[in-house]
Amino acid sequence: MKTIRAACWRLLGVFRKKRCDAELAAEIQHHLDSLTERKIAAGMSASEARNTTLREFGGVEQCKELAREERVWMWPDQLRQDLRFGLRMLRRSRAFSALAILCLTLGIGTTAAVFSWIEGILFHPYPAVAHEERMFVLAGTTRGASGFNQLSYPDCIDFQKNSTLIESFIVDQLIATTLSIGDRAERAIGGLVTPNYFEALGVRPSLGRGFTPEEGVGRNAHPVAVISYETWKNRYQSDPEIIGKTQYLNGVRHTIIGVTPENFHGTFVGVSFQFWVPISTQETFDPTGYKLEDRNARAFESFVFLKPGVTPRQAQEELSSLARRLENDYPETNRGHGVELLPLWRSPFNVAAEMLPTLEIAFAVVLFVLLIACANVSTLLLVRSLIRQPEMTARLALGAGRGRLFQQLLTEGLILSACATAGGILVAHWCRNALVLAFPAQAPGIIVNLPGQIDWRVLAVSAGVCVLATLLFALAPAIQASKIDLAGAINSGSSGVLGGRGRSRLRSAFVLIQMSLSFVLIVGAGLLMQSLQRIEGVSPGFSTEGVLLSGVDLLSAGYNAERAKAFQDQLLERVRALPGVEAATLARVIPFGLRDFSSSPITVEGYQAGADEHPTGDYNQVGPDYFSVMGIPIVAGREFARTDDENRPLVAVVDETMVAKYWPGKHPIGRRFQMKDNWLEVVGVAKASHYRTKLETPKPFFYVPLRQNFTVQGGVLIRTRQGTASMTSALAREVHALDPNLAPVAAITMHEHVDRGTYTQRLAVTLLGIFGGLALLLAAIGLYAVMSYAVSQSTRELALRMALGARVSDLLGLVLARGLLLIAGGLILGAAAAFALTRLLANQLYQVSSHDPVAFGSAFIVMVIVALFACLLPARRATRIDPAGALRA
Amino acid sequence: MAREKPDLVYGTLDMLILKALQHDPRHGLGIADRIHQMSKDILHVEQGSLYPALYRLEAHGWIKAKWGVSDTNRKARYYELTAAGRKQLTAEKEHWLRITKGINRVLAGT
Repeated sequence: MKTIRAACWRLLGVFRKKRCDAELAAEIQHHLDSLTERKIAAGMSASEARNTTLREFGGVEQCKELAREERVWMWPDQLRQDLRFGLRMLRRSRAFSALAILCLTLGIGTTAAVFSWIEGILFHPYPAVAHEERMFVLAGTTRGASGFNQLSYPDCIDFQKNSTLIESFIVDQLIATTLSIGDRAERAIGGLVTPNYFEALGVRPSLGRGFTPEEGVGRNAHPVAVISYETWKNRYQSDPEIIGKTQYLNGVRHTIIGVTPENFHGTFVGVSFQFWVPISTQETFDPTGYKLEDRNARAFESFVFLKPGVTPRQAQEELSSLARRLENDYPETNRGHGVELLPLWRSPFNVAAEMLPTLEIAFAVVLFVLLIACANVSTLLLVRSLIRQPEMTARLALGAGRGRLFQQLLTEGLILSACATAGGILVAHWCRNALVLAFPAQAPGIIVNLPGQIDWRVLAVSAGVCVLATLLFALAPAIQASKIDLAGAINSGSSGVLGGRGRSRLRSAFVLIQMSLSFVLIVGAGLLMQSLQRIEGVSPGFSTEGVLLSGVDLLSAGYNAERAKAFQDQLLERVRALPGVEAATLARVIPFGLRDFSSSPITVEGYQAGADEHPTGDYNQVGPDYFSVMGIPIVAGREFARTDDENRPLVAVVDETMVAKYWPGKHPIGRRFQMKDNWLEVVGVAKASHYRTKLETPKPFFYVPLRQNFTVQGGVLIRTRQGTASMTSALAREVHALDPNLAPVAAITMHEHVDRGTYTQRLAVTLLGIFGGLALLLAAIGLYAVMSYAVSQSTRELALRMALGARVSDLLGLVLARGLLLIAGGLILGAAAAFALTRLLANQLYQVSSHDPVAFGSAFIVMVIVALFACLLPARRATRIDPAGALRA
Repeated sequence: MAREKPDLVYGTLDMLILKALQHDPRHGLGIADRIHQMSKDILHVEQGSLYPALYRLEAHGWIKAKWGVSDTNRKARYYELTAAGRKQLTAEKEHWLRITKGINRVLAGT
């Protein structure tokens, strides 16, 4: 109560400042006058009386200032003063201010940018969703296996029916298909969703409606679609009469019933959906068959919204018990399968999971850059505070409190970091889509969407970083400056004592911090770079040289299987006849691509599966000569021939991993296994290769002839020495000759295609490289500033030495010695820190030790070279001092 | 922030000012004089710290000020004790007595 009253009184004082000041002056004047009169009455002369009075009273102005502080709430007033003065000071030394703000903008901007990515991709990926905080991913688990799988649709329905703690439950599957509007066909990505999708998400279509419950049931009974705002705008020119029009999705006519709002991009982090169709149309989009009644078809991603007040833990318990019930009820399909509720950012099914480690690294790195930037600005401020020492001394002598001085310096720091934060948020805004640039070019039709999200949380964090940074960089210099020894400073005149011992130690400490932190970053960049090289050096198991890939989208052109077969045969004939082409083939899925392989349960003749084991195999449908085009060696038996078609016995080529698992130590050729009611005979064994990524663990894989498992979708593979450009145009000619309405996808090399798989690693290396370079630059600036200041301060000493006969090399050595000491210290500290910290990178490193000597060694060399340059420039200046001039000055 | 001479125990200035105003309103110099006189010339209030202390007390609402005319016919600011100030004075006095009693006991012990 008391404090509130006092605060109000003082606040009032702020507004009555003028009057209060006048009253105070009058009051003190009265006091002084009365005292003086009293002394005159006691017999002193008038002037003597006045002097004695003033002496007795002490500093009148100081007294007034103190009284004012008691009476008025000072800080708004002081803050205004400090701000005005600070701005004036910063304007006066523009170069300094620009450099400091630049450094800080770098630090704060990169922090804000990376945080906005983290916000947009991990924590707040679906800004249009109403209750994102209650939204969780429901992922399937398999006992005894790590990682997560998706869920089957019947299981999802059971969870939804029986759960009491879950408000709503949505299922969605990412589908890639062909969207044809008029005569224009394009690939498009969309979502196959349960009818409550929009309602549960709280997304209201901006035109038309969402799905009704009936539209979710009945096999293919409801060909309706909701389209995205972008599709509406770009493909339909924002047609206001769009509702009720039709478009072809995967060759099936769909009626458009709604358009989503502009800010809604679907529920798959990384990709913008272009349309949504009800789950009942699943069969239209899935060449592998109807899955809505198959508990083994774990192909659906599900999200749940918890009821308000329900903790994830409670919901998890309930869902786990439901999963156990399903295990009991359906042991055939569900034994060993559980579920786990995951926060959105841990979703294993979308791009967020891939980006997570990279974002973690990026965040750690930007914190380093921030620290370095702060240390750097601290160094600059320290050097500048020496230049400003006369000013500080004068202010202290005139009665400024040390606290006020300190406050003033902190305010100046705050101005710097406030400018930098404003700039930083701008940087973050510009960089919000930078991650999309790093994302590899995808198949046409995929709209990559990895937005940074600048919301209040990012702004709050930036403001926090601003204040924190101010404290980090301005505190030490401000404390130093307010500790000036007044008597010493005045007595020694303007050019002495400037570089006190404590202060020069502090400067050195800041340089050491910068050097060691940049060392850590450079080592980290080196490690990741080596790891990337190792990964890129790993052979995928097929040749990446001399193979081009392309494709023709026959599906969207309305080709049925018969026409497609005829077209493909003719196209392959024509391609094989092109000059420079050695061989050509087809494959449903091209390894390392975005489209996934088919997967199927298998029964292997003569193999006794364990109780909880459900043998499955991934497989690919490939054309004749696939193995010779891809350069995958056949280690036993034969590869597919043109004769392996519909009319011949079903055959398969299996890989070595499959042989090792199901026929260990036996000759596999001629053995049989069952897939989808068909028995396949093994005719060949292919060398195991990588199928999805280079880091995957080997799983059994087999190949079947495309002709025996035909799908219209597929890619063309060509073994040739020709370049991509000439092959693309040659292909276009041949395709056009066969069907003038078709055009092939631009050809790319297999090498390029495979490299897309390492984009997260490349992104990490790029980020660390850029930031490491920046850090090194900052550290070099800091070192340079300190060294040149040291030289300019010891001009007299150096001149004296020169006058007494020191040679240029002596002076050079003298100055460099100090620099070398700093460099050595920084490197030792940095090496120790890097040794401790790079261990955190270990799980990102592929076949590289986190203490790899090459990375440490090269970081060492880079640092020494850059640091020597930073020292050499000031040292050279030292040798050019004119002794006579300097000594006389 | 108040700087007091060593002859004034730190923190006691506020209490002394309240005491000096117990019966009559006084202006700044009058308060200093009164303390000097009541202490039988032992205590000197450093005049520079008097005004900050007055404003502090005013901010707390323990004293209030109004303009009056001094005996030398000058316009002066007179301070008088408020009801809250009286309460505060009693409280501070009790506190002081208790502390000094304790200190005296300690010092008197062997």
